[in-house]
Amino acid sequence: MNMAWMVVRRLFHAFVLVLAVLVLNFLLIHLAPGDPADVIAGEMGGATEEMLADIRKTYGLDKPIYVQLGVYLERALQGDLGQSFFYNAPVLDLVAGRAGATILLVVTALLFAIAVGTLLGVLASHKPKGIVSGLVTLVSVVGYSAPIFWTGLMLVILFAWVIPIFPIANMFDITKDTGFFGFILDVLHHLVLPALTLGIVYLAQYARLTRASMLEILGSDYIRTARAKGVAETKVYTHHALRNAILPVVTIAGLQFGSIVSGAVLVETVFSWPGLGTLAFESILARDYPTVLGILFFSSVLVIIANLITDLVYRIVDPRIRTGG
Amino acid sequence: MATVDEPIVVESQSPIREAMRAFRQSWAGMLGLILLILVVLFTYVGPFLYSVDPFEVIWAPLTAPGETERAPLGTDYLGRDILAGLIHGGSATLYVGLAAGFITITIGILMGAFAGFFRGAVDEVLMRITEFFQVLPALLFAMVLVTLFPPSIYIVALAIGIVSWPTTARLTRAEFLRIRTLEYVNAARSVGAKNSRIMWRVILPNALAPLIVSATLTIGIAILFEAGLSFLGLGDPNVFSWGLMIGAGREYILDAWWAVTFPGFMIFLTVLGFSLVGDGLNDAFNPKLRER
Amino acid sequence: MTSLLTIKDLVVDFKTRAGNARVLNQISLELKSGEILGIVGESGCGKSMTALSVMGLVPSPPGKVSEGSILLEEEDLLQASNARMRQVRGGIISMIFQEPMTSLNPVFRVGDQIAECVLLHEDISKTDAWERAVEMLTKVGIPEPALRAKAYPHELSGGMRQRVMIAMALSCHPRVLIADEPTTALDVTVQAQIFDLLKDLQRETGTAIIMITHDMGAIAELADRVAVMYAGHIIESGLTKDILENPHHPYTRGLIACVPHLETDPTEVRPYLSEIKGVVPSLTELGKGCAFADRCPYKTPVCEERRPDIEPISEGHAVACHNVEYVVAV
Repeated sequence: MNMAWMVVRRLFHAFVLVLAVLVLNFLLIHLAPGDPADVIAGEMGGATEEMLADIRKTYGLDKPIYVQLGVYLERALQGDLGQSFFYNAPVLDLVAGRAGATILLVVTALLFAIAVGTLLGVLASHKPKGIVSGLVTLVSVVGYSAPIFWTGLMLVILFAWVIPIFPIANMFDITKDTGFFGFILDVLHHLVLPALTLGIVYLAQYARLTRASMLEILGSDYIRTARAKGVAETKVYTHHALRNAILPVVTIAGLQFGSIVSGAVLVETVFSWPGLGTLAFESILARDYPTVLGILFFSSVLVIIANLITDLVYRIVDPRIRTGG
Repeated sequence: MATVDEPIVVESQSPIREAMRAFRQSWAGMLGLILLILVVLFTYVGPFLYSVDPFEVIWAPLTAPGETERAPLGTDYLGRDILAGLIHGGSATLYVGLAAGFITITIGILMGAFAGFFRGAVDEVLMRITEFFQVLPALLFAMVLVTLFPPSIYIVALAIGIVSWPTTARLTRAEFLRIRTLEYVNAARSVGAKNSRIMWRVILPNALAPLIVSATLTIGIAILFEAGLSFLGLGDPNVFSWGLMIGAGREYILDAWWAVTFPGFMIFLTVLGFSLVGDGLNDAFNPKLRER
Repeated sequence: MTSLLTIKDLVVDFKTRAGNARVLNQISLELKSGEILGIVGESGCGKSMTALSVMGLVPSPPGKVSEGSILLEEEDLLQASNARMRQVRGGIISMIFQEPMTSLNPVFRVGDQIAECVLLHEDISKTDAWERAVEMLTKVGIPEPALRAKAYPHELSGGMRQRVMIAMALSCHPRVLIADEPTTALDVTVQAQIFDLLKDLQRETGTAIIMITHDMGAIAELADRVAVMYAGHIIESGLTKDILENPHHPYTRGLIACVPHLETDPTEVRPYLSEIKGVVPSLTELGKGCAFADRCPYKTPVCEERRPDIEPISEGHAVACHNVEYVVAV
């Protein structure tokens, strides 16, 4: 299949999904009990009658429902996700201001999980009944069953009380003035615990997955071929087997992106990481619905983008998909 | 090559009895089952043996475990008994977990069954919907739902069910797609069975094994979800739950590690129980994997 | 002709849940340079394990080479270091397998897979290695080799993939090529092409070939000498002509009778059985007697008592059977 045509189709598909999320937001506003104008204003926005009238006019709330939907979609696609009365700022600005921190956290955790997870998986596959294998199974069962926010809190106890080496809250230390690189280092230092907490659950899953697919692949004919032509054992693992074993990890990582964002909400709350999760938490407590819905929308768009990237990566690592075979 | 020695079938048994026998041999499954039984006993029999009210202030706040006989596991920031909280916090968690798991599985099986059985346009539409729900970060969506609607444990269970079904739907669909082409389905069709009969009486029973495994894991995930929402303070405020205890104790974590550690450990044990039982069932239903 | 590869009294054991399986039992073989040696037998008789032992690729655990030696000229490969064995594999002895569909790595271009082999064994630049890959693809008769080198395995047919495997195996001019049922998975017409290709390449390069197959027809066409294997033993060996025209072991006779001969008159009454009754015994349950005894129409009490050694009966022809004279006379 033509690559360009494929890209166009994927993009169109993604666009439809974005629209669908907006329609869902619109429905939520109208399905919630009470006056939609009140929902849009936010319960604790201290909305006056004048403001509500203003909202009704802007969103055409006196018009038929499909006109309202049209108005809502048009505004949203122009980047107007509404106004937060609680923060007294456009929702888009609020979300954009916090998105960077969340993306940093999620991407770091994901890359960490994939890198270390596959490494552990490969080591475990070398000795299927060895210590690393047992450890991988144990950590994945524990990581799967422990609530992520609790894991985070346990790390807080460990690294604040027992061995205090990592900061346990916020993204940087505002009392320090260390210049640009100092700032970067400070952020990375603060990032360690949140990223570790978020990453560890997925790390264990990827390690288990890599181990299983490595074991299957190591018994395959083409690995025998590689050995038969004199490839050294290390290279058999890292080059011939891993390249194939990574495929299911890529698939799962893409599918799980939504769940990682969900996990980030909890982890951010635990570590006061100033991202979308803490914003969502604060605005929910404040009944600031436009902001909450804006975050739901924006994070869904993040997942859609992540899915597009996964698709692309998969095409790069698996030639069978690339050429439509 | 060595000749493979096939185990000789000594006596034939019903698949359910065979699976139960295999389950009993599964180390993980039995451990999980024991954990679950202990958690259920703790939650439902515990209140009769230990009748302290979890909301009642009984001692000085932030008392460490072992300092007083009145609160063996210590007290929280208000001076409430942690042990009483653990005993009373389980029923809401288990209830929401089971109810949400049930909703998840019902929606998932319905969507997956119709998509996999009818294929074509039905499949296309249902799978697009499934895909849409997979794009929404589940926890955020559930958070929105429980804030827009008045919080109660029913809304919480419903919200978790609404956000978690896509995985089950995909699994069901795959199973239906696989089974619908098998001989016995054709046989049923050739004797004139209706679609509904083929779907629910012929295909579904044969797809049950992986669905039961998935249901077990789904309940575990639902419990984690409930804990997360309660931790954020978005659960039913009138119901005591483990997640709520962690959320409440969070601010005082460096003064009272016990207030967050014990309830979290209870959640962990419960979810671990479900996922180990899931592993055990998986082993029981897939004799081939057992060999590994 | 000198002896290039000598296998002496090779014993390979496999640990299974049912007990120890002696997969290869006192195997002795000799490969002279430039010849094609056929190894025939039913599946599970140890043909492939013999090949894997030579390559040092016996899956371990559960497998283990317990006794014997494998001499490459003077050098015992069983004593060789890992590094030395990597030089030998693909460089001096290379191997092609039964399943061309799965024997190539799906995520690499076939040209790269061939070039990798060259780079492993020769001090050569990447460009030159790629050139060699294209050259080898030309040699094995792949059309548009420069283009096909850039293809991924899934883009090629089974026959093409087996050609790629052959190109890879021969890319470093090995002295021995082991072909393990190279055509079993292919269409009959493609089988003939591959055989012709192997024969041509053998004539051109002088590489000695060990041809493992269960197909007597292929042996008749290709091999100079044949070894017949049964349940981990070599039960007969000799020149192809001798074995085909004058088989001595009841099992060999059975194998040959299984091949339908188009040129013979179908109404002619066959002098011996045209199928071999029964199945290969489980290797964990071999008694002290002849492994073929249970299926042998000529069985005598001694067959159950003692395993026959392989003894020469004429120049270059050896058989392991207690009742050779009687079998031949019938």
